[in-house]
Amino acid sequence: MAIAKVLGIETEYGISGGPDLEPIASSSIIVNAYAHHGRTRINWDFQGETPDLDARGLPGLTSFAPIIETHLANTVLTNGARLYVDHAHPEYSSPECRTPWEATLYDLAGEEVMRRALVIANESLALEDAISLYKNNSDGKGNSYGTHENFLVGREVDFSDIIRAMVPHFVSRQIIVGAGKVGAETDHGLHSDPFFQLSQRAEFFEEVVGLETTLKRPIINTRDEPHSDAERFRRLHVIIGDANLSPYATFVKLGSTALLLAMLEDEGTENFPSPPRHPVHAVRAFSLDPSLRAVEICEDNKWRSAWDIQDQLWTAASEYVRRRGGEAVAPDAEVALILEQWREMLDGVRDDIRTVADRVDWVAKFRVVSGMQERHDLSPHDAKLRAIDLQYHDLSPQRSLARRVGLRTLQSDEEVREALHNPPTSTRAYFRGQCVARYPEQIVAANWDSVVFDLGEGPLQRVPMMDPLRGTAALTEDLLKVCPTADDLLEALDR
Amino acid sequence: MTEQERIQKQRTERAREASTDVSVDATKGDQLKAELDDLLDEIDEVLEENAEEFVRNYVQKGGE
Repeated sequence: MAIAKVLGIETEYGISGGPDLEPIASSSIIVNAYAHHGRTRINWDFQGETPDLDARGLPGLTSFAPIIETHLANTVLTNGARLYVDHAHPEYSSPECRTPWEATLYDLAGEEVMRRALVIANESLALEDAISLYKNNSDGKGNSYGTHENFLVGREVDFSDIIRAMVPHFVSRQIIVGAGKVGAETDHGLHSDPFFQLSQRAEFFEEVVGLETTLKRPIINTRDEPHSDAERFRRLHVIIGDANLSPYATFVKLGSTALLLAMLEDEGTENFPSPPRHPVHAVRAFSLDPSLRAVEICEDNKWRSAWDIQDQLWTAASEYVRRRGGEAVAPDAEVALILEQWREMLDGVRDDIRTVADRVDWVAKFRVVSGMQERHDLSPHDAKLRAIDLQYHDLSPQRSLARRVGLRTLQSDEEVREALHNPPTSTRAYFRGQCVARYPEQIVAANWDSVVFDLGEGPLQRVPMMDPLRGTAALTEDLLKVCPTADDLLEALDR
Repeated sequence: MTEQERIQKQRTERAREASTDVSVDATKGDQLKAELDDLLDEIDEVLEENAEEFVRNYVQKGGE
């Protein structure tokens, strides 16, 4: 039986401006602005973070392990999310969510956190020092930063099966969930000199499988850092996605991936299409071809386009749902919506892209970029077209182009506001968020799998949360209600 | 009203006429075109004026 696909998205936002034009300092201003203004300013606890462990069980001898920076601004929000400075970007890591719909909502809440931080920060800065934030993944000059999805997977699934099953999806899903890009920025990308690509990220991928995230980026990342009971769980860390501005794209990206992982857990690799023989070539070639005609030779010696692969994956996933239901991923109605939208987007990009310009980011961007090129008779390399690309992702409502292109909304503003402050109820994020909201003075640190209290006397007390599906409202709401102080809570937990 | 604003206004009006003045399915394409024209008008208004400098100055450190 597939385990619940607990999931979430971490997003590093692009940043410009600030008093020193120094991205780490500007990122700290953003995080601190929200932390000071918000109800809490709790440090993130790094115990249990082991990003250098490799899921294949091999020591990462040939690769550099990522470094954790402990001295930068870092905080936990009442909605259970983490807000911090990662490298030279402000990053929002959503709380653990129970369904793709919920994870999409908390991704939108992350945008709203950043927008509010921006307003607070810029109020105290001179006009010429104002900061701007971008929900994108590259600067157009060869520098990329990530939007990573995380999915809970049973430990018993063999990692080689994850590779076998998921490579076809990760190289091809960009045809519906790519965020689009004008031009190229890596040596091989520039060699092709494309007018427009489907994906922000594709050209940065150089390996099929690997531990790294900043160099030689792999299609399948092997970082084995479950943030939970490692005997029972994996956290599949997916680094090959684009940051989406379209909520429907985020929803289908998460939903399709979660359904395929559930199918893998329940039925093995049997029903997955044959992967391209050269996955790195495939992911780049598919990105470079908005006509969707490019084909790749697959392991079974058949040639397939990205669309063919997606079509097979959709069929496999919908048959899996018919056989077994999709309850590991979401309630029936939500699973039906995932399959419906996945299908509509696929048919749309094949038959008439205009019909999905309200849901597929690359189509929305492409429509504006090509329309503007035609209107002003611009060269394909005109800076104006690159400016449109960049400004599509600008978070400021006054400048954002994504806000103007008519993207369909999935959730109301009110639902997003609610998610800004309150945690999801069906995962341990509920307990984390509630503790931060109720006992801010007594919490010295928190991380994904524990909350650490300082009651003033005696040693610090760590409350472990090794199971992402415990610490839910159903399990802890009554307890929290009768514990007005952290002392009461710890005493009750001790009993 | 500057020359540019006047042209803009004409364009918007033209687009509006095109979008209201259509018989149902024969002119679906025209309608989409008119909508796109309106959208491009709006984007022309909010797009960074100095695109070259805007794009050049956007430099990020890698992340992840």
